[in-house]
Amino acid sequence: MLRFAARRVLLLVPILIGLSILVFLFVRALPGGPETALLGENATPERVAQVRELYGLDRPVYEQYVSYVQSVLSLDFGTSITTRQPVAEEIARRFPGTVELTVTAMLIAVTVGVPLGFIAARRYGSWVDNLSTAGSLLGIAIPVFALGYLLKYVFALKLGWFPTQGREDSLMFRNEHPTGFYVLDGIVTGNPEAAVDALRHLILPALALATIPLAFITRITRASVLEVAGEDYVRTAEAKGMTRPVITRRHILRNAMLPIVTVVGLQTGLLLSGAVLTETVFAFDGIGRFLAQAVFARDFPVIQAGILFLAVIFVLVNLLVDLSYGLLDPRVRTR
Amino acid sequence: MSLSGAEAQETTLSQPEEARGGLLRDAVRRLRRSPQAIVGATLVLLFVFVAVFAPWLAPYSPTAQDLSQVRPGSFPGPSAEHLLGLDQLGRDELSRIIYGARYSLIIGIVSVTIGATVGMALGLLAGAFGGWVDSLVMRGADIMLAVPSLLLAIGIAALLGRSIISVMIAIGVVNIPVFARLLRGAMLSQRESDYALASRSLGVTKGRVVLKHVFPNSLAPVIVQATLALATAITEAAGLAFLGLGSPDPSIPEWGRMLAETNAYLASEPLLALWPGLAIVISVLGFYLLGEALREALDPKLRR
Repeated sequence: MLRFAARRVLLLVPILIGLSILVFLFVRALPGGPETALLGENATPERVAQVRELYGLDRPVYEQYVSYVQSVLSLDFGTSITTRQPVAEEIARRFPGTVELTVTAMLIAVTVGVPLGFIAARRYGSWVDNLSTAGSLLGIAIPVFALGYLLKYVFALKLGWFPTQGREDSLMFRNEHPTGFYVLDGIVTGNPEAAVDALRHLILPALALATIPLAFITRITRASVLEVAGEDYVRTAEAKGMTRPVITRRHILRNAMLPIVTVVGLQTGLLLSGAVLTETVFAFDGIGRFLAQAVFARDFPVIQAGILFLAVIFVLVNLLVDLSYGLLDPRVRTR
Repeated sequence: MSLSGAEAQETTLSQPEEARGGLLRDAVRRLRRSPQAIVGATLVLLFVFVAVFAPWLAPYSPTAQDLSQVRPGSFPGPSAEHLLGLDQLGRDELSRIIYGARYSLIIGIVSVTIGATVGMALGLLAGAFGGWVDSLVMRGADIMLAVPSLLLAIGIAALLGRSIISVMIAIGVVNIPVFARLLRGAMLSQRESDYALASRSLGVTKGRVVLKHVFPNSLAPVIVQATLALATAITEAAGLAFLGLGSPDPSIPEWGRMLAETNAYLASEPLLALWPGLAIVISVLGFYLLGEALREALDPKLRR
């Protein structure tokens, strides 16, 4: 297992180097070069010269790349053009919000999708099966921002069950945020009202964001359970007289897990980018919305750092998924 | 993924033309019996029809304004003259949705064409030459696939500046590694197949085996992927337009932007958000259903 893990981690190195080159070249491909990226399009020539000097833009490209990697490794992503704050700080402040949103969405998708796919497979051809197939098709076809508006209109504007936007009620002044995870903050600071309020702000965006992974998880669970349930070892277990729940737990679910875990991992990465749209619809202050605003304002230091940051998270999530294969399936380890 | 060895051997060695026609005819027969394919194809045809004949179908110009009927925060809803009502600038919503289909279709087709042609060219190089060419192309694809696709598209579109061309290029580039990897994978399994070996042993040159046998037999998954990529391209284009990355010209009726513009009026005019949303869902659903049905019809593992 350790060797398998070590090899898998080593495989990350070329990917991460490649990513850093891609992102490094990204701002250099801009018309006007990286000076424009760092200063915006309306900078004075003096400032441009100053920045060229400061960042060593007159040096050879490979030297610039090395110093870029050095600054990234020391978590220096430059300064945002719009907020004039260090990009690293801006991202760090907003990251907990995006994590909260992504995790809640994935929890919804897994807790609904896996049982739904399982029931659909066990009652193959029934109305539950047909409904889940139709539902997952719709879930894949509907854009998250369109669904976001629908949820916002029905549950926030019409029914008033949930707030329309933001991460917390701005009228609650005594909220403290030691961790940045607002639900957790409410709990640790002994402010249950704030925790509930933060949770209520999470529900609608998380629901909107959850639809695509929910659709994929339902489909893959159904397909995977259908396939495994037809295997010889399941028939053998039945013939041995094992009870249905034991067969389900030990033989069907465990073997059906692998493709489900793959989809969960892939979808988590996609959720991070889907958050750009969802957070914009609900004015939810996370990395996604920050990135969307940066795109609108052509704030390239933020775009560059945001893409690198989210891509690295995506790569790491996929690493965890691959490592979990080793735990779930002993065959993977020995390969 | 690929044709089973025995079947492929028969198709290419003994009766190439006839047997390939057989595969195609078989796929068409399967498609005609699949309800999924019929619904998908109907939706796609409807979408293409609306896009192509927009000027004849739309009751008004998409840019004509009737400001006499619009008051701040309240616009006339559906009526006999304006079936889907007027938008915030007094333009006929139905006409804008109809013209919007054109932009969605063009962006979808151009971007998937960019992704498929460049991706296939790279995949063909990697699959045909192997060795360092293969490594180079595949590691490049790995790196691009390490960035979630929407994020990569946002980055590229932001870099190129706001225009419909940028959106097409951005979505096209995002599709390149997908097609490259797909074609290369299909070609590798075809290259190892018995019929490729048989052709080689008959004295056919390596290049000819690749171009005449391996490549055409690897196309099925590419066709499926292209159809599914159209569905994704339409969603992604709408997403980019929603973020303000589409055309800078506000008179152009892009569905994604139309949706974004309704944000301020959502409480009073929810229908204005519903129509573009519905248009996106219908077109995406069409390509998705058709793609899935094609996959089933063309995949030899699912045949018989």
